[in-house]
Amino acid sequence: MSISAILYAVSFLLIAIGLYGLLANRNLVRMVIGLNIADLGVNIFLVTVGYVEGGIAPIFTRGAGDAATGVASATAAMVDPVPQALVLTAIVIGFGITAVALTLVMRIYAATGTIDSSRLRGLKW
Amino acid sequence: MRKLIGVFLVLAFLFYLGSLALPLLQDPTPAQLASVGADLIERAPAESGSVNVVTAVVVQFRGLDTLGEVTVLFVSALGVAILAGALRDNAFREMFTDDGGFILQTGSRVLLPFVILVGAAIVLHGHLTPGGGFPGGVIIATAVLVVLFTGGMDRTPHRLLSVLEGAAGLAFVGLGMVGLSSPAQSFLANTLPLGEFGTLLSAGLIPVMYAVVAIKVASELSNVISGLTGEEAHA
Repeated sequence: MSISAILYAVSFLLIAIGLYGLLANRNLVRMVIGLNIADLGVNIFLVTVGYVEGGIAPIFTRGAGDAATGVASATAAMVDPVPQALVLTAIVIGFGITAVALTLVMRIYAATGTIDSSRLRGLKW
Repeated sequence: MRKLIGVFLVLAFLFYLGSLALPLLQDPTPAQLASVGADLIERAPAESGSVNVVTAVVVQFRGLDTLGEVTVLFVSALGVAILAGALRDNAFREMFTDDGGFILQTGSRVLLPFVILVGAAIVLHGHLTPGGGFPGGVIIATAVLVVLFTGGMDRTPHRLLSVLEGAAGLAFVGLGMVGLSSPAQSFLANTLPLGEFGTLLSAGLIPVMYAVVAIKVASELSNVISGLTGEEAHA
């Protein structure tokens, strides 16, 4: 079993745990935490997509792909930089979503006196 | 009942994901890169001068994306400040009314310069090592969080942080506009000389841009935290 297969399994598992947290909890703060866990799973999935067999980090170092000695050999050994750059963006946006969601929970608590979604009529299912 | 339905829905979604990603699960590691990644790795040293290809992608090849990203961060800081500013009794704010005690206060005074130093080092080596403007900016923002934890809500320079935030955003766009008048004639083009590959003063505009991003991220995150306390609305 390769590293990628394990990481794919872990990322799917984290997405499932996060979704379950969103569906099964009544506490809004716990739902935000579930959203965060699912976000983490998606990030791990994206990074894993960029992995190649025996890949190294996409940073030129002496020995592993000096630009002067041969970029071609480095290209074969490096993992894909694009998903990593994408995940950098996704992490920041996940932070923004969490901050706004938690503030909304604070507002909901101030307005209704509860963060139990089953007592909020608009959120009942 | 609700939990059972939750389990069923999650299992159904997992099955859906698994069937979509079946080729990935059967053959998890490809032998070589997709063409975009391979092309970027090949072109990054000559075109950006950055040793770290991820940095080259974030700041140069997809710089416009990074501009959008800091805009998202700005909008979320704004939303937090607006939503929390109107709260009358803010539970989050009450966490920071305590001064944290003598040990935390003295410890934070000793640690604060080093926290900022580590953050600055990570930012400035963004084109050479893993790291850069985003992680470095977050580390610098933790310094502000420590100040808040030691009861420094009044000592936090809210006005300065807002000015820095706006100035960094303008600087990013301004530096990008310089590229329009350069021979490359494109937004966010790398206009400075690239320097020697793999040294601190290399990669042209990339370290400058990343420092601007770090200032933006650090002030933005500090604003989110102080926005949650509802302080920014009063400042």
